[in-house]
Amino acid sequence: MKAEKPFFRGVRSGLPIALGYFPIAIAFGALAGQAHLSWWEGTLMSLLVFAGASQFVGVSMLLSGAGAVQIIATTFFLNLRHLIMSLAVNDQMRRFPAAWKNFLSFFITDETFALLTLGDRTEGVTRTPAFMAGLMWTAYLGWVSGSALGGIGAEFIPPQVTTAMTVGLYGLFIGLLVPPARKSSGFALIAGASMLFNWALGFVLDPGWAIVLSTVLAAALGIPLLGEEM
Amino acid sequence: MRIILIILGMALVTYLPRLLPALFMDRFQFPAWFKKWLKSIPYAALGALIFPGVLLVDRDQPLLGLAGGLVAAALSFLNLHITLVMAGSILTVILIQYLI
Repeated sequence: MKAEKPFFRGVRSGLPIALGYFPIAIAFGALAGQAHLSWWEGTLMSLLVFAGASQFVGVSMLLSGAGAVQIIATTFFLNLRHLIMSLAVNDQMRRFPAAWKNFLSFFITDETFALLTLGDRTEGVTRTPAFMAGLMWTAYLGWVSGSALGGIGAEFIPPQVTTAMTVGLYGLFIGLLVPPARKSSGFALIAGASMLFNWALGFVLDPGWAIVLSTVLAAALGIPLLGEEM
Repeated sequence: MRIILIILGMALVTYLPRLLPALFMDRFQFPAWFKKWLKSIPYAALGALIFPGVLLVDRDQPLLGLAGGLVAAALSFLNLHITLVMAGSILTVILIQYLI
């Protein structure tokens, strides 16, 4: 068999994310319609923001009559976790031209970050701009096209399917986390501690901050736990 | 017009944190402890993303998300491909929704 081009390998890796995003994006497009956004305004938000949870929150706030500054500030805090994730992704992009790094960083989401750092790591293939672009753009296409469809009024996705697909994205996270956590007790401990931190901090902080703080703190456990070879 | 401005504002404050590491990371030579912290981020982030979020997928039925999550964990213990792990958790949830 002829070797698959890195870009198409990236597309294939990103396909599960796109399929997971698609029905959720349709639900987003429909919600945007309820908040009196035209179909292209909802799609524009997906094109320019590309951060699912914050888009749902933003549109819900519009519906409840929140002010612009309030919505934008909430979006900022909700998406601040991407700063930490971007550190890890950019660590893999060190040798890329600056323009590629700046451009591809736009497409960092919880899911693309998870797949890029813990998914396929074939030497010489996956840490290339082509692979990363293929993966990220596939996810992006799923999100944007779903939003457009939902905005046009294609509400043919029942809420049960959205719930199931959301669990599917959690399945993606779990499926990526379990194999390395089984091999290394250090990784397992870091992940477990982070779950505990996030659960406890959830009582006192809003979810955006709780995730950021848990990630920063639990990753610090790696400093004593991981060997020098890492 | 107000909506467009809100969208542009959301876009800006979302892109900035994503962009910052791309702009500054290669200017620094990181000490060993920082590299270990960096390597630990994916595991820490995924832990925080999974729990307790997976229980809140359906706020009325936390057990629904739990069941999907446990099936995903069991399937990934069997070293199945990530797509099958996802499919397993999705089918579990659909099946439970259908049965109750």
